Amino acid sequence: MSFRGYEPVIGIEIHVQLDTESKIFCSDSTEFNAGDNENVSPVSAGMPGTLPVVNKKAIEFAIKTGLALGCNIRRKSVFARKNYFYPDLPKGYQISQYDQPICEGGSVTFKVENVDKTVSISRAHLEEDAGKSNHSGECTLINLNRAGIPLLEIVTGPDLRSAVEAAEYGRTIRQIVRYLDVCDGNLEEGSMRCDCNVSVRKIGAEKLGTKVEIKNVNSFRFVEKAIEYEIERQIEVIERGDRIIQETRLWDPDKNKTFSMRTKEDAQEYRYFPDPDLLPLIVSDEMIELYRKQLPELPIARAKRFQAVHNLPESDALVLTSEKSMADYYEETSAISKNYKASSNWVMTELMRELNLEKKLISESPISPKQLGRLILLIDSGSISGKIAKVVFQEMWLTGKDPEFVIKEKGLVQITDHGAIEKIVDEILSANQQNVEDHRSGKKKNLMGFFVGAVLKASKGQANPEIVNKILQEKLR
Amino acid sequence: MIDKKTIEIIAKLARLNITDSEASEFSVQLEKVLHNFEQISKIETTGIEPMITPTEIESFWREDIAQQNFTSDEILANAPARTGHLFKVPPVV
Amino acid sequence: MELKFASIAEIARAVKDKKISAKEITTYFLNRIESLDSKLNSFTALNQKAIKQAEDLDVRIAHGEAVGVLAGVPFGIKEMLCTKGIQTTAGSKMLSNFVPPYDSTVVSRLKASDSIILGKLNQDEFAMGSSNETSFHGSVKNPWNLDFVPGGSSGGSAAAQAARLVAGSIGTDTGGSIRQPSSFCGIVGVKPTYGRVSRYGVVAFASSLDQAGPMVSSVEDAALTLEVICGHDEMDSTTSQRPVPQWSKNISTNMNGIKVGLIKEYMRGGLDADVQRTFDESIEALKKMGAQIIELSISMTDFSVPVYYLVSGCEASSNLARYDGVRYGYRSDFKNLSSISLDEFYGKTRGEGFGSEVKRRIMLGTYCLSSGYYDAYYLKACQVRRLLTNQYLEGFQKCDVILSPVTTSPAFKIGERINDPLEMYLNDIFTTSTNLAGLPGMSIPFGISKQGLPIGMQITAKHYDEQRMLNVAAALESVSPVKGLKPYVI
Repeated sequence: MSFRGYEPVIGIEIHVQLDTESKIFCSDSTEFNAGDNENVSPVSAGMPGTLPVVNKKAIEFAIKTGLALGCNIRRKSVFARKNYFYPDLPKGYQISQYDQPICEGGSVTFKVENVDKTVSISRAHLEEDAGKSNHSGECTLINLNRAGIPLLEIVTGPDLRSAVEAAEYGRTIRQIVRYLDVCDGNLEEGSMRCDCNVSVRKIGAEKLGTKVEIKNVNSFRFVEKAIEYEIERQIEVIERGDRIIQETRLWDPDKNKTFSMRTKEDAQEYRYFPDPDLLPLIVSDEMIELYRKQLPELPIARAKRFQAVHNLPESDALVLTSEKSMADYYEETSAISKNYKASSNWVMTELMRELNLEKKLISESPISPKQLGRLILLIDSGSISGKIAKVVFQEMWLTGKDPEFVIKEKGLVQITDHGAIEKIVDEILSANQQNVEDHRSGKKKNLMGFFVGAVLKASKGQANPEIVNKILQEKLR
Repeated sequence: MIDKKTIEIIAKLARLNITDSEASEFSVQLEKVLHNFEQISKIETTGIEPMITPTEIESFWREDIAQQNFTSDEILANAPARTGHLFKVPPVV
Repeated sequence: MELKFASIAEIARAVKDKKISAKEITTYFLNRIESLDSKLNSFTALNQKAIKQAEDLDVRIAHGEAVGVLAGVPFGIKEMLCTKGIQTTAGSKMLSNFVPPYDSTVVSRLKASDSIILGKLNQDEFAMGSSNETSFHGSVKNPWNLDFVPGGSSGGSAAAQAARLVAGSIGTDTGGSIRQPSSFCGIVGVKPTYGRVSRYGVVAFASSLDQAGPMVSSVEDAALTLEVICGHDEMDSTTSQRPVPQWSKNISTNMNGIKVGLIKEYMRGGLDADVQRTFDESIEALKKMGAQIIELSISMTDFSVPVYYLVSGCEASSNLARYDGVRYGYRSDFKNLSSISLDEFYGKTRGEGFGSEVKRRIMLGTYCLSSGYYDAYYLKACQVRRLLTNQYLEGFQKCDVILSPVTTSPAFKIGERINDPLEMYLNDIFTTSTNLAGLPGMSIPFGISKQGLPIGMQITAKHYDEQRMLNVAAALESVSPVKGLKPYVI
């Protein structure tokens, strides 16, 4: 993508909060809605003599994510101390992984404006979160509930070329970690936070421009806006004949601008060294294979399967696989209905409309996928018409009752009895003598539709339209 | 050479106010300690894996079970200053 | 049984057999502290609940309940170890007001064995020192001669034990801080294999070197205490899951066929004459008992002091970053919090809270970890550390234990070396390599200087082989020329 003859070069670091019950190095709860400093122990408060002990689940989640991103899992990775002073960092250092991260060298592919884009994942490493600082003018107040929550920092190569790509990448990572059930992907609660490294260079230039880091962006929409703004800002600076300063900036969503937080000159000297309180993290081949077997089918593979095996159009496959829960729902529905396209349509239109209207998650749907599958079966077997099915669906949505029950209760079963339909047809024909004549004489064309509509209406939509058609054809010959 | 200027930079990095006389004293002493270390720089260590933990210790990982054994009052009991159940420090921004 | 000189096993048995109540014992030792410690300055705090805890224990015994192996045995705990509800200052102004809401694992295991914690023992600030002169609580005096240092950093533990203000005490050892004061005060002190004793709740000095251990009056007492405090802890992933042997039951003084190594590099002279004589006598004694003496070279020990100061300094600079005046501990007196910068807040708090020796080490470590120096200093030191350890492991293929002096000289006078910290560092020449290599090491009293100050010998063994180390120590103990000698304060 070209921006006035410039090419943006973007790399992203996403901090994914791993959805464990307890913190990464101690047993404090990770529950979001706790009172001030309630999820804190001597360990997470950095009290003297306390020590970190690794949470097994955090390792499992890191490995699973690494595998899903095609990373190489290091059999030996090392926790290091990143030393810096900040009031919400209780030990005066953050335990992180430095030169030997648990995951290295993967990639992820996703669609941007219908074109495949592949981004390399240079590494993903485990670390602990810091606490939270609340700033008032007079003082800063520290809450350590978040201190020690496990994070997996996923780092891309400088492969992204536009703000849209960056945002799409973020959404893809969110989709994957939600598929893996390792992160709730809740951006409002800070479950995913992005740092964006942005530079621009003249198209054709080999040398990378000076990069600016935009830290702690907490939505993908803001990622897109912040990068867009930053690209324009940097091009303007260069066009003006100035130099880009290597610095860290923050995104101000109210002003739609990035602003400088600190320049490289006062950059930190982190004095990384291996944490002697933690042994190197050794993972066995068996362990990796076990986790590999537990991996769910990932969105891209699943969408491809829906296209190839279920014959769904790509657009359907992509929408259905956007969330694991939706893909699961669709698959369960279609397993019952055996009608893939109809299942896809019902999930994507009727069900999604109701869910969106009531702001419900698919897991909260009053209609189970099995019930929806049976509803489609009833249509396909001719028990009810598509139109009636919508009425049945509404009733099912309101009551959660089975489709068969609703149909019976409301007397909505389709009339397929030849004689019964013939009777209605005769009534309609005799009540519309003029139209019958006009039809026969060919004076008016396309009156067939009128007769069919009238018969269906008279049967309250319950008459089988095919039979209605057939009888009308015979009688009006 | 560990001059006073270097000492000041390290002291700042370590967030340690030191007096002028401490700075002069440390500059001489650190110089001596590191001079002592120079004999070691001659030892051939190519390919030697740095040792952090000196003994063989089996891996041990925690199960992911949340436990709450301390109240926030206990955690804050030693705080030099607090507001409600939060630690209080100078304004950071 | 004369309570003052009773062994840990004797006290526990007497309490269990209801020959004497835990309360009587506790009161007896508290009275000794009351009457003697003004001379020594070994205690920094007393456990106000000690009598109550002893009474509770007596009630349990009266009800016929099963009690622990250290039932009623009064212990003193170095200030480095956190004790729930009792101040834990690490000998520093920085923690002068700190009362932990948790027990260190060592202390909770002692409590679970029904010992009675009498109080906290003085030490060098953050265990940085060899003379107990860097403590915020003031110097500790050597019970054998009050003008002399008790050694350090566990000087309070050594002095209190030597003066029998406690039946047992706990120290910590990062570069000799259990063994050197034990030698200076004529008691038995053990630094276990790295990974034997949980460091949870032990104020960290240098995480890859620190181990807590017993400082007691006999090898048997040491073994018994070790059995209680050693073993895997779910709160410290650097503790080994190996089972803890019953060392005390397996002590053997039979030295036939035991191979005792002597490190050539330690035998180049320069020893104080009394230390040399004691060393020679200990070698002779072991020979006489049937041990075989083997000389071996561990050339890397020549570098152990600088490597030790580098590794420990680097780790300490990071370990002590948490003392920032935010959550606990000392905070500089700021009149108006809202008008000071964060850097000023940290700098002043830490500048005032730490003493000179601690600052010196933080400066050293910060420098050596900073970019541009990391490879030349920290990384290099860690590589040499491996070479040193490898040489020890080779050495232990030729011998069972290694014998050496603990220090080059007996205790020195208070104030004599405090102005030359670098000279003080050289004091650690025989002890630091044990920590670097993670080996178990101990000091056993075997001599006395012309000035009447005790001299200990150091025994080290291979990783996790505390048994053989204790066996050789017990053999020396059984023929010790200083057996029965007591410091004059008693």
